[in-house]
Order: sequence, then C-alpha cells, then structure tokens
Amino acid sequence: MSGMIIKGKTGDWEVVCGLEIHCQIISKSKIFSGASTHYGSDVNQNVSFVDAGMPGMLPTLNEECVRQAVKTGFGLNAKINKYSAFARKNYFYADLPQGYQITQFKYPIVGEGFVKIELEDGSTKDIGVERLHIEQDAAKSIHDISPTKTFIDLNRAGVGLMEIVTKPDFRSPEEAGAFLRKLRSIVRYLGSCDGNMDEGSMRCDASISVRPVGSKELRPRAEVKNVNSVKFAMQAIDFEARRQVELYESGGTMQQQTCQFNQATGQTKFLRFKEFSDDYRYFPEPDLPPLVLSDEFIEDIKKNLIELPDAKKERFVKELGLTAYDASVICENKEMAEFFERAAQGHDAKKVANWLMGDFFAMLNEKKLSLEESPISAENLGKLVELITQNVINGKTAKDVFAIMAETGKAPEVIVEEKGLKQVTDTSAIEKIVDDVIAANPDNVASYKAGKTNLLGWFVGQVMKQSSGKANPGIVNQILKQKLG
Amino acid sequence: MTDLTELTIAEAKKGLSKKEFSAVELTTSYINNMQAKHKLNAFVKETPELALQQAAASQSKIDSGLGGELEGIPLGIKDLFCTKGVDTTACSQILKGFVPPYESTVTSKLLSAGANFLGKLNLDEFAMGGSNETSAFGPVINPWSKEVPLVPGGSSGGSAAAVAANMCAAATGTDTGGSIRQPSAFCGVTGIKPTYGRCSRYGIIAFASSLDQAGPIAKTVEDCAIMLKVMSGHDAKDATSAKIAVPDFTKVLGQSIKGMRVGIPKEYRVPSLNEEVASYWDKAAQMLKEQGVEIVDISLPHTKYALAVYYIIAPAEASSNLARYDGLRYGNRVEGKTLDEMYVNSRTAGFGREVKRRIMIGTYVLSAGYYDAYYLKAQKVRRLIRDDFIEAFNHCDIILTPTAPSAAFAIGDKSMQQDPINMWLNDIFTVSVSLAGLPAMSLPIGLNSKGLPLGMQLIGRAFDEESVLKAASILEKQVAFRGVK
Repeated sequence: MSGMIIKGKTGDWEVVCGLEIHCQIISKSKIFSGASTHYGSDVNQNVSFVDAGMPGMLPTLNEECVRQAVKTGFGLNAKINKYSAFARKNYFYADLPQGYQITQFKYPIVGEGFVKIELEDGSTKDIGVERLHIEQDAAKSIHDISPTKTFIDLNRAGVGLMEIVTKPDFRSPEEAGAFLRKLRSIVRYLGSCDGNMDEGSMRCDASISVRPVGSKELRPRAEVKNVNSVKFAMQAIDFEARRQVELYESGGTMQQQTCQFNQATGQTKFLRFKEFSDDYRYFPEPDLPPLVLSDEFIEDIKKNLIELPDAKKERFVKELGLTAYDASVICENKEMAEFFERAAQGHDAKKVANWLMGDFFAMLNEKKLSLEESPISAENLGKLVELITQNVINGKTAKDVFAIMAETGKAPEVIVEEKGLKQVTDTSAIEKIVDDVIAANPDNVASYKAGKTNLLGWFVGQVMKQSSGKANPGIVNQILKQKLG
Repeated sequence: MTDLTELTIAEAKKGLSKKEFSAVELTTSYINNMQAKHKLNAFVKETPELALQQAAASQSKIDSGLGGELEGIPLGIKDLFCTKGVDTTACSQILKGFVPPYESTVTSKLLSAGANFLGKLNLDEFAMGGSNETSAFGPVINPWSKEVPLVPGGSSGGSAAAVAANMCAAATGTDTGGSIRQPSAFCGVTGIKPTYGRCSRYGIIAFASSLDQAGPIAKTVEDCAIMLKVMSGHDAKDATSAKIAVPDFTKVLGQSIKGMRVGIPKEYRVPSLNEEVASYWDKAAQMLKEQGVEIVDISLPHTKYALAVYYIIAPAEASSNLARYDGLRYGNRVEGKTLDEMYVNSRTAGFGREVKRRIMIGTYVLSAGYYDAYYLKAQKVRRLIRDDFIEAFNHCDIILTPTAPSAAFAIGDKSMQQDPINMWLNDIFTVSVSLAGLPAMSLPIGLNSKGLPLGMQLIGRAFDEESVLKAASILEKQVAFRGVK
C-alpha cells in the first residue's frame, strides 16, 4: 500500500480519488467541422459556420480524431468499442454556440483499461480506466478586456477532446501525480495530445472523498474543477481530503458537491451542491449516425502503434540491463528515450544511462536547454562512454572531456587527441613513477608496512599527480600494492 | 397567349426550348401573379430582381444549348432553406432580418440546375404547425377559400398555396410529420416527402433532425419527379444523407402498375375520418384496381401510438435544435442585466406560442427522471412503428391512405385554437410515415361537397420513391383533377 493515511482525532482515514482528464486531440481540423485547430491564431479566425452554431449547419465527424482516440485507447490498455454513439449534452452558456455539446454518453469509443504507475519507492500500481470518449471543446470566454463585458473566442469551439475517466483508484496525491505524468507521457508518445497542461490542452478534474481506513464504503465526493498541473492536482487532493476529515471529525456531513481550486492558496473552495447542478438532458445526437469501426480500421491502428513507455521500459531493463527506476525516468519522455537509445547503440548502456541521468541532465539544466538544443549529440555521449570502457581515458578525465564537449560540441576523441588526455596504461612507465614516489617517501612506506594500509590512497594520489592524471588508476593501484608488499 | 403561369414545369421546359417564350417572359408572368396575389400572404420575401437576373442568365444558357434540368423555371423556396444573401427567417421573430452567408445544399442544387428563385415562402414558425397560423408573418390564405379564409395547411403552407395559385412553377417544402403532404392535400396540389436521407438537410433550419426531409410541392406528379431528381443525392456535409444513387424518377411515370400490390391499412379508419374522405379513399382504391393492381388489406398495429411518439420525439429534438437561437451571435437580441436574463428576454420575445409549447414539452421529456418514461419509450415504439411497415411491405408494394382526415378548415378555427391536440390530429395519417422514414406522396383526389380539395397519400418502401411516383402518375391520370380556377 502506497496510500496516504490521514491521522485524525478519531482514527486513521484514507483518501479515495478518481480523475477526469480532458485531452485536446491533435488533428489538423476540428472534430465536427473543417476549421483549423491551429493554436495561437488571431481570435475568431478558425471558425466555420458549424462552429458558430449558424442555422441549418450540421456536424460531420473528422476521422482523424477517431483514429487518435483509438490509438490512445490502446495506450490505456483499454477495450476499443466497435460501436459507439454521439449524444447531445444540453446547456446554455455563451461559450457554447449550439446550446449543446456533442459528446459520447452511453456508448463511449473506448471502454475499460488501466495505466501502470511507478511510485518513488519503486513499487508500481495499476490505475483502472473507466472509459474514454470523444467530444467537442467549448469556446473561450475572455473576461479581462472589459469590466462589464465578456468576449468570446470561437477558435477553440469544436476542437476535438478525449475525456478520460479513471476509476476511484487513487489513494494519495502522489499516485494521482504519477498517473498524470504517465498519461501525459502516453499521449505524447502517441502524438494524440500535446499534454501541455499550462496551455490547457490537457485539463483535469479530481473527484475526492475520504473514508476510515479499513472501510470499503464510498462516501459523498467533492469534484474539484480545473486542477491544471500535476502539482495543483496533488495539492487539491491533499487539501480537500484533510478538509473532509476535519468536517467529519467535527460532526459534519459531506454532500456531493463541486469545488473550485485556488492556485494561489492551494485550497479548494465550495461552488455548488450536486443536486442543484444542471440537468443536461442527454439524448442521442440525431445529426450523426452511430460510429461503427471496422476490424480493418482498428487493426491498422494497432499494427502501426509505436512502442509505448511501458514496453520500452521493459525492454531497456531486460535487454540493456537498466534498473527499473532509470528505465522509467528515461522512458517518461519519448525524445529522451530515443536519444538514449542512439547514445547506447553499441556501447555500455548502463554507463550511458548513468551519464545521461547524471552529468548530462545537470548540464541541460544548468544551461537551461531542451534536449533538442543539447550541444552534446547522442552519438558523442556514446563515444565518450566508449572511451572510458576502453580505458582510453579514466573517469576523472572523462568529466573534463564532457565539460569541453558541452562548451564546444566537439567529438570526445577529438578533444582527447587535441589535449593529449589519453591515459597511460604502459605499466613500465607507471612502474617508474611508482618507484620514484616510494623512493621519495620512506616514512610513509614504513608506516604502510607497519599496518597503516589506508595510506594506499595517498600513494595513488601522488602517482596520479606525477602522471598529470593520465595514469590508469587501476594499474596504479595494482603496482603500488605489489611494490609496497 | 395562354397564361404562362398555368404551365407545368414539363410544359414550360418544352416551351422554353422551342422558344415559344423566353425565360424572362416566364419569370415576369410569375412575378406579376405573385404580386397580384399579395393578399394570400404566401411569400414573406420577394426577390423579383434576382429572379429576373437569373432568368436572363438562364435564357443565354438555353440559347447556347447549355440549359440545366430546371433552366429558367421560377420556383418559390420555403423560408426554412438558407439562401445566401437572401433573408431566411423560419418565419420566426427571432430570426427576422437574418441573412445567411451560405446556401443550403438543396437550393444550391436547384440553382445549379438553372432554377430561378422568386422569393421565400411562408410557413409555420420553425415548421411547427399544421395550418401556417403560427408564422410570425401571419397566416397564409388558402387559394381555395370561399366565404371565409381557410388555412393552407402546414407547415409548408406558403409553398402549397403559392403552387396552387400559380405564384410559382413549383416550390420546395420540408416535411417533419406531414408538412409537405398535408398542405398539398389542403391546397389541391402534389407533394412528395422522399425517404429520410434522400435529400441533404445541410442549410435547412432544423426542427426535428431525425424526421426533417426536404421535398417538392408541384402541380403534377411529373413535376414532382423532375424537382425531386434535382434535389436528391448524397451530401458529405450531412452525415445522415444516404449514399444511394438517385434514379431518374421521371422514367417510371405512366408505366403499367399491373400486378402491383396496394395495401390498405385497417388502422387508418379512425373515428375522426371524414365520410367524404373515406369514400374518396375507396374510390381511389377502385381506380387503382381498374388499372390492374391487387388491393391487399394490411395491418399497421402500432398506428395508434404514432401521434404520441411523434409529439415526444419531435419536440425533444426541437428543444435542443432551437437552443442556438439565444440572441448572442445572430438574430434578435433583447438585452438583459445578466447573460441568463438576455437569454430569457431574447427567447421570450423571439419565439411564438407553439414553438414555446414544443420547447417546453421537449425539455420536459428529456429531463432526468422523465427520459426513460417518455423519450426512451417513444424511441422503442418508433422502432415498432417502423417494423409494422417492414412487415406490411412483405404483403404489398405501396400503401394507399388519405393524407389528412378532413379538408382545409377556417383560419382561427376555435376547436384547433383551444386544444392543440385537435390541430395535431391533422397529422394522424402522415406522422407514422415520418417516424418510419419512408417516402410518401400526396396528390389531389377530388373535391368535397364544399368544393374543397382532398388528398390521397401513397407510401413506399425506403428509397423506393419510384413505385410511389409510378402509381401516383396513373392515379393522377384517372382522377384528372383540375386546379383552383
């Protein structure tokens, strides 16, 4: 159990949480019209008559959005429903031009599935996915142009969304955070959503309740709207769970409700009780026939599916000998995983992983560079590791070479050559230096022989110094031990 | 010279190609007639200049032998079809002044075929009504009216009246529960509602999406066939339009119907059926029998539920389809202090009584807690009604019924005004067909004792408009109905 336990006055409580995530589908045009989905266009530029809800206009389904949803369904290890259907969700709002949202209700395109999450203690957990359905996004309300008016930008109206609903499987904020990161990684791998929570292309609502540890009941929940970052989602769950425990323990009762999350304070704020919420009057969308997928269509998507993070991670562990933790860090991001694979090609993969996650990440961080902007190519990182493996340079020299690579972008073998950094592996040359050091330090030799063996390190240091750092430390050790007897 | 407005489309086409008259002369005759009969209130927007421009263009096409199938034929367009640059209001206050920047698929097909548009025709507001009395432009007067002004039927009342009064060569109509067939019967003209999916709904202001179908109202069966051929066909912009080839409907006209089985449903002998209507029904069956058809007694056991089912499904879809008329982006806005207040003010001022009634019914039947009892049940019964027809068509090829239980009634008829159910009973013979999505035609069968026309309805299998038209063309010849003097 990786769950969070809240120690209350009356006993221990656990949190029960489920997530609803809206992912904007990557597609050239909107889900029910031919208008562009381009982000960042001038306001109301990407609007068709359909998007504006003009009289007599009809939706037509964009097949690309269907393809993306099925692909994502595979990413969630979920059942693809060959039969799904659209429904109308009716409500009035200024950002909803038709007066209803076309969505899927009874018959979603993707059914049950699961996502494996890795937790910090190295354990994993499967989070159940209830469903994934496709629908249209609403327009954007702009409140900050005028103090008395709201402006509407219809560019977003009709952009395709995938709504992913999890089972109430989260028992801690950490689990929810791990899930959001994993989901983001999956949709980015698949190219079905860009996963940018700060731009709103991935948005999250969290349903939170608590119960005494050991109980199996599901108590009334609070639905916290728009917790649009991994951090906010975790804060919201933590705050809301503690609030509910306090409420119960002070004798209060919980009613199903909708809350808002305040990003500044990290607190949730009551909005309304569920029983007063809208009746959406769902009914089957008469303008669109049911969506029936052929086996060929589904198979074609399955066949062309790229390797997903879990499969990649497993392969890195099994075939390349990485630790589960290293593999999952590297695989979280598809570009990073691909960079690693190029770097490890033909070299010691574990060492490459160490360099990648150590010095390489630190270098990018320090220089505030993205992976694509890295001055060190994957190939050069691999070659650097190879130089160490082949005893051409030692670890300490490698760090210096790495620093020069980061500055100049030069290949490591070129740097080693130019600077004459090849380590000395010629035993006779090293023997000569060892003899010199022993001869020059009779006192320490005597102490060593008298049992102060930890002086060995000091001798190694002396020899390395004499060789200007180029002597192979392994050989130095070996010879010193022989000579000092 | 004969009055050009008395010509059928087929006759006018001949005259134009033989240069007996020009397209401009033909259009001018109709414009004169249209303007002479203003008191009928059939047109809500006249576009004589546009029609004359189109006629001139048509003439040069005819001269160069490039004329389309409706080249130079002046038509009236029901004001439910969006026409680019010409006011389109659905005869509702809320859309008064709305000028669409796009053309409906059906009207653009008619334009491409060379038709000239004289203007927009009156209808019940948003096609909700059976008498044209709910129009925001006031009722149309049936050209057959004698002492008291009679209704033309509805919702395509303007279309039927304009054709009957020779104010246009033919007109477009739409039929949701009988809106082409019933006014055709009341006005002594011919109209066909094709199979659901035959004509594109793109650009037709939606009433009930799963029922709405466009179709022609014309002077003869042949004219209907000519019009329907142009209006039909798959449209990528309407996901419910059928990918089925469009036959040349005129080819079957006049062909022998010997051996055809004509079904007479016993459930259509309802108590409200007028005696004269019943005797014309027998007479029509006899006429067909004399032409060699086999008369078969059939049963449509769920007929008695059709009206109830229709008045659940149609308002449910309408309540959602009409949500877009909120005063925000187009149409008439009545300001308010808040967004909700603006919605209420705009919609209160913009919609008439019947539209409000149906929005309320539709909202109610879709509400949580009522959905299963009303909407879902209605959908199930709708399936049974459709299955009734499928079973019946195992025993017959077409079905013969009256179009409406009575002839046209007076404008302002008290029983209709006091109880909307009485008004809705006009649809009793037409709604089942709409719920089943089948093609059906109304053609005049004769006059009642008061000298008012009555109509017969011929119903066919899905996408078998040809059998309907073939039988109708034979019956039409036997009846030899003469239009309003």
